[in-house]
Amino acid sequence: MDNLQTYLYISAILFSLGLYGVITRRNGIAVLMGVELILNSANINFVAFARFGGMNFSGQVFALFVIIMAAAEAAVALAIIINVFNNLDTVNIDDARELKL
Amino acid sequence: MTGDMLINYALGILFFPLISFIVLIFVGKRLPRQGDIIGIGTIILTLILSLAMFGSMLLSHDPGFRHEASFTWMDLGDFEIRLGFLIDNITIIMLLVVSLISTMTHIFSTKYMEGDIRYSRYFAYLGLFTFSMNGIVLANNLVSLYIFWELVGVSSYLLIGHWFEKDSAADASKKAFLTNRVGDIGFFIGLMLVFTALGTFNYAEVFEGVAKGAMSGTLLTLAGIGLFMGAVGKSSQFPLHIWLPDAMEGPTPVSALMHAATMVAAGVYLSVRLFPLFTPEALLFIAYIGGFTAIFAATIAITQNDIKKVLAYSTISQLGYMILAVGTGAYVAGFFHLVTHAMFKACLFYGSGSVIHAMHHALHNLKDHDTDPQDMRNMGGFKSKMPITYWTMLVATLAISGVPLFSGFLSKDAILAGTLSFASHHPQHFLLPVFGFSAALITAFYMFRLIFMTFHNQPKLPNVYSDIHESPKPMVFPLILLSSLSVFIFYTLPYFNPLSDHGWFMELIKAKDSMVPGSPSAHDIAEGMHHSHTLTMILSILVASLGILLSWSVYIKNSVSADTWSKRLDLYYNLSLNKYYFDENYNKYLYQPFLRLANRVSYIDWDLYDKYFINGFGHITKWLSIVTGRTDYDGLDQTIVDGIGRSMGKVGSSLKEIQTGRLQNYMLFALFGVIIIIIFQSF
Repeated sequence: MDNLQTYLYISAILFSLGLYGVITRRNGIAVLMGVELILNSANINFVAFARFGGMNFSGQVFALFVIIMAAAEAAVALAIIINVFNNLDTVNIDDARELKL
Repeated sequence: MTGDMLINYALGILFFPLISFIVLIFVGKRLPRQGDIIGIGTIILTLILSLAMFGSMLLSHDPGFRHEASFTWMDLGDFEIRLGFLIDNITIIMLLVVSLISTMTHIFSTKYMEGDIRYSRYFAYLGLFTFSMNGIVLANNLVSLYIFWELVGVSSYLLIGHWFEKDSAADASKKAFLTNRVGDIGFFIGLMLVFTALGTFNYAEVFEGVAKGAMSGTLLTLAGIGLFMGAVGKSSQFPLHIWLPDAMEGPTPVSALMHAATMVAAGVYLSVRLFPLFTPEALLFIAYIGGFTAIFAATIAITQNDIKKVLAYSTISQLGYMILAVGTGAYVAGFFHLVTHAMFKACLFYGSGSVIHAMHHALHNLKDHDTDPQDMRNMGGFKSKMPITYWTMLVATLAISGVPLFSGFLSKDAILAGTLSFASHHPQHFLLPVFGFSAALITAFYMFRLIFMTFHNQPKLPNVYSDIHESPKPMVFPLILLSSLSVFIFYTLPYFNPLSDHGWFMELIKAKDSMVPGSPSAHDIAEGMHHSHTLTMILSILVASLGILLSWSVYIKNSVSADTWSKRLDLYYNLSLNKYYFDENYNKYLYQPFLRLANRVSYIDWDLYDKYFINGFGHITKWLSIVTGRTDYDGLDQTIVDGIGRSMGKVGSSLKEIQTGRLQNYMLFALFGVIIIIIFQSF
């Protein structure tokens, strides 16, 4: 369990789960959770490649940046979802289609 | 007076009346008195200038005087036309005649035309006429002669049709213009023949060419007859005489100016001017036309009852005399008769105008609009009511009848002497003096018939008669002046012999030799005339007194009844009364066939050519354009142009379905895309 392959499998599973959540879920918050999973799968990739790829710490540093970005993103996205809820009384993203002709 | 001075005078004489025309035609109606002052003022200026020229001619007393000035009008390499003035004694005398009669007409018209609706236009046209007539007289070449010739025709057309509301006047003006055109075609042919053969239009150069023999024989005869055809039309000679009697539809002063004294004399003037180029054959033709016209018109004049118609036929007959004189070589006598005739015939026309004016007013006061004011059968006994008109007309009548002491005697005598001498040299042409003398007899008869029927006897319509008055001063003045000018003394000064035409006129106008080789010289002709002078004088006095006596016994003494004789000579009387049915026969044998031909041609043109050929093209084009339109619209536009648009629309709207607006769908598509890319990458 001390090889790159294992981490990449875990990361791929995590990414697929997150993508599945983003595509299939109707609840906006669940979609956000899917996005978090995708981001974290990417983080695992960064850290794994940094550990086994013979690099210095730039992978870890990039993972930290991603975490920070994800926090900011979550804040903005949650604000949007709260606004959607205030306007439509739902967080179902299929109902938020006012801009469609 | 120097030549250049004369040219300046001539320019003034030519253009003053034109100025009057231009001013009156544009602003005449807005001027005080409708601008007749301008017309009269300019014509009097013209008269003064002509008198000055005349005076200088008398003072210098040079029969050979001639002065010419010209300028280049058209210069196209070899083809050059020069226009200009020729001033000699004939020109100066003609200018004086034209401006004198024109002035009299202007003065006469101020009263005669008073209150006319187109008063100022009438004076404008008189100006146009005077301008063009002076142009004819001054021309030194055939081109400007032709131009002014046509201008005279136009002004004649305008003035005859002055009262164009009347159908008869409108028809008469058309008839005059078209009949003149027939003669003018001959004129133009002659003009072109001369130019083709000699390459010049200038009189002097043409005569020089003829003298050198550059143009001779049949060609020259034809050219001469062609040019003479212009004179036949304008001077109303047989067979184109039909327009002049109808032209009496115009106002009477116009008849006096144009259709008695000046315009119709233009044809005679032309023949006099071009005399040197006529060949003996052409001259014979001219003589017969003139002689026949003289007797022919006189026989019509006998039976006419319209006072102006009598004078019109008398004019035709007198013009025939002048043409006859040209034809027999005595062209100076013809020109002399032109001048004397202008005076007494204008006087007679003014007299008839004065009578018609009086009749018209009397009838107007009686509210009678059916009685013809020009019919002599409605007159009679006017002598005591209109003494001045009577006496002046009597003087003019004596002059035209050829009674000694009056001008007509001198000029007619000269013409008759010319014919007699011509016949004594060519006995086979004995008809010419016969024509001349019998026309003189008939002239004396019908002119006194006019005087007797109008002024003598008992009044035919007493209620009209009681209202007849002498005409006002402006109408009487021309009568007095012109009748005085019918006395012999004005033409024979400084001599006082009433039986001889020897005087300033004959001294200043000397006959020139004909330029055609082989023609009798002017000297021979004069010699012959001199020999037959005494015989002519006796004969002409005889026929004149015979005519007057006959007229007196028929219309005053009633010893010979006109009615009985007209019944006895029924056939002839009807022929003469109906003018030998010339109008009817022209209508039947010329106009109607021509109209039928025109109809036939128009049928071919319209019903066949236009309808089938031209319209056929239209139909084919229309059909073709419908087909093209269908192809373009239905085929090209609908399927290709619009079809592309529509199919694009369809593709667009089907592609639109992909855009669901659902974010997750887009992501799914993106995922598929990535998967596809990965699959392709791995192979």
